Amino acid sequence: MNFVQRMLDADWAAVEEQVFACRPSDVERALRAHPKTEADLAAFLSPAAASYLEEMAKLSHKATLHHFGRTIQMYAPIYVSSECTNSCVYCGFNRHNPIERATLTVDEVVTEAMSLHRQGFRHILLVSGESPPHAPVEYLAEIAQALRSDFSSISIEVYPMSEEDYRTLIDSGVDGLTLYQETYNRDRYLDVHPAGRKRDYLWRLETMDRGGRAGFRRLNLGFLLGLSQWRVDGFFLGLHGAYLTRRYWKSHISVSFPRLRPAAGGYEPPYPVDDAQMVQLMCALRLWLPDAGLVLSTRESQEFRDNLIPLGITQMSAGSRTAPGAYAVHRDAEGQFEVSDHRTPAQVAQTIADMGYDPVWKDWDSAFLATA
Amino acid sequence: MENNPLVIGGRSFRSRLLVGTGKFPSSRSMVEAINASGSDIVTVALRRVDLADPGDDIMSALDPERYLILPNTSGARDAEEAVRLARISRAAGCEPWVKLEVTPDPHYLLPDPVETLKAAEILVKDGFTVLPYINADPVLAKRLEDVGTATVMPLGAPIGTNRGLKTRDSIQIIIEQATVPVIVDAGLGAPSHAAEAMELGADGVLVNTAIAVAGDPAAMAQAFKLGVEAGRLAFISGLGGLRWKAEASSPLTGFLRRAES
Repeated sequence: MNFVQRMLDADWAAVEEQVFACRPSDVERALRAHPKTEADLAAFLSPAAASYLEEMAKLSHKATLHHFGRTIQMYAPIYVSSECTNSCVYCGFNRHNPIERATLTVDEVVTEAMSLHRQGFRHILLVSGESPPHAPVEYLAEIAQALRSDFSSISIEVYPMSEEDYRTLIDSGVDGLTLYQETYNRDRYLDVHPAGRKRDYLWRLETMDRGGRAGFRRLNLGFLLGLSQWRVDGFFLGLHGAYLTRRYWKSHISVSFPRLRPAAGGYEPPYPVDDAQMVQLMCALRLWLPDAGLVLSTRESQEFRDNLIPLGITQMSAGSRTAPGAYAVHRDAEGQFEVSDHRTPAQVAQTIADMGYDPVWKDWDSAFLATA
Repeated sequence: MENNPLVIGGRSFRSRLLVGTGKFPSSRSMVEAINASGSDIVTVALRRVDLADPGDDIMSALDPERYLILPNTSGARDAEEAVRLARISRAAGCEPWVKLEVTPDPHYLLPDPVETLKAAEILVKDGFTVLPYINADPVLAKRLEDVGTATVMPLGAPIGTNRGLKTRDSIQIIIEQATVPVIVDAGLGAPSHAAEAMELGADGVLVNTAIAVAGDPAAMAQAFKLGVEAGRLAFISGLGGLRWKAEASSPLTGFLRRAES
């Protein structure tokens, strides 16, 4: 079944009840099960699984090692615009927040990108708020065309677009699409997105399908940890990932774990997720989607990030700045959120190496998308 | 039968173990493992290396005098992408050899037979020595031979699964019918799997994950080297067939010798 339809039919409360009703014996069965069922996924996300965290972590480590080896792929975000027409209550770029905003020129983005290039990055993620007049698809396409010869992989994390716009971007050299549903809970979604284009839950939910049809090589999904009950959001995220894997079988699926951080506006997450719960969520997703990429940003602290490396993480950002122009062109703009890990990319790479993993800067080639 | 060297595309190689360069914890452990494997052929994913950068961590660690660096097209989704990558590697100074991988599905990384055949045909005409990664499909193996590939490389099990020779029966047919070397590629998780493939008569095996993710990659590489050598030696020595019951050595004609004595 189409995932969007499945979500429209879903009963959040019933899933929540199912997850909370899982017993230790369900978790033990789930750990041994192959292949794993939706009931197993629910068990991994249940309170009962908290006592099995070490076993889940061991299996998660083993599965990751088999699929990815001892490697961590490095990437960095480039914020191109902080202009936004939305009013997401948790976000620093909320249009009501009186912050200094900026949209970089294409040349400025190239300057930012080359500063990351000099630090070793070949995988970059272009990020912008939702303001098509400031950051239209033509602008993003022009940026991609300007960067494609110097970078192996260019992904975007911008507002949801039409399939046609996605095709334009792919033709310009963009190969990955990141878009978080924020929360799969429709009521909560409407609570935290009171206005703007983003209020359209369905348009956002269908985004990965449009991206998959357009042919992105990488589809990266997630939800914001803290907006709603993470155990249930995690369950639907797992189903979404499994659906995309099956439906868009040529695209590689990855999952991010963005935990809400302090931002302008001072939003307090109503469903805070602690470290142990985040580890449980990560391991549950790894056991459910053994070959998905698991992505960790600098939202998390240095110590926590380092400890997560052997548990299943496959991609990490480093040295991230969340304001447009913050790497090199120094525009006077504020960031989307505060980063927690302030180490340089070289320091992060050294830590990864010290832990017996290879920091991989290039694992793609722009030649895949080049026109012959 | 003699233990002749492995000949691919007119070149002789002492070792019948080919190794990959992915998934290692560091370039250093990769080099140690490759040295311990005794391999002559080392495959490198073009997506992973920067051929324009002389300081590239993988390329700068491998001595091209000592190893044949075999670029692979891992990540290519169709023939067009694979051909483009191969040509880029040749233009960047690599030898015109390519391990052809066309794997549109990024999950099991299973090879696309239609696109692989199409790409092989183009690359052979273009002067490449082509080593195609394929499912263990005997008819496809013959079709690839017909277009001029230098080997066929059927999988034992999906890449990285370490599950061993799950396709044993089909590989046996491929070996029986082949006129080019058959290199079993992918899925071999233990030296015993490599030995089994060599005992079947495979001309070589390619191993990456099982070595790269081992606790001690160099020691595991050496174990695979020994496994390959043992399997090869067993094959050329002539293995006895399998039987389910004990059998007298000449149950039907033994009376002749008894009559003579």
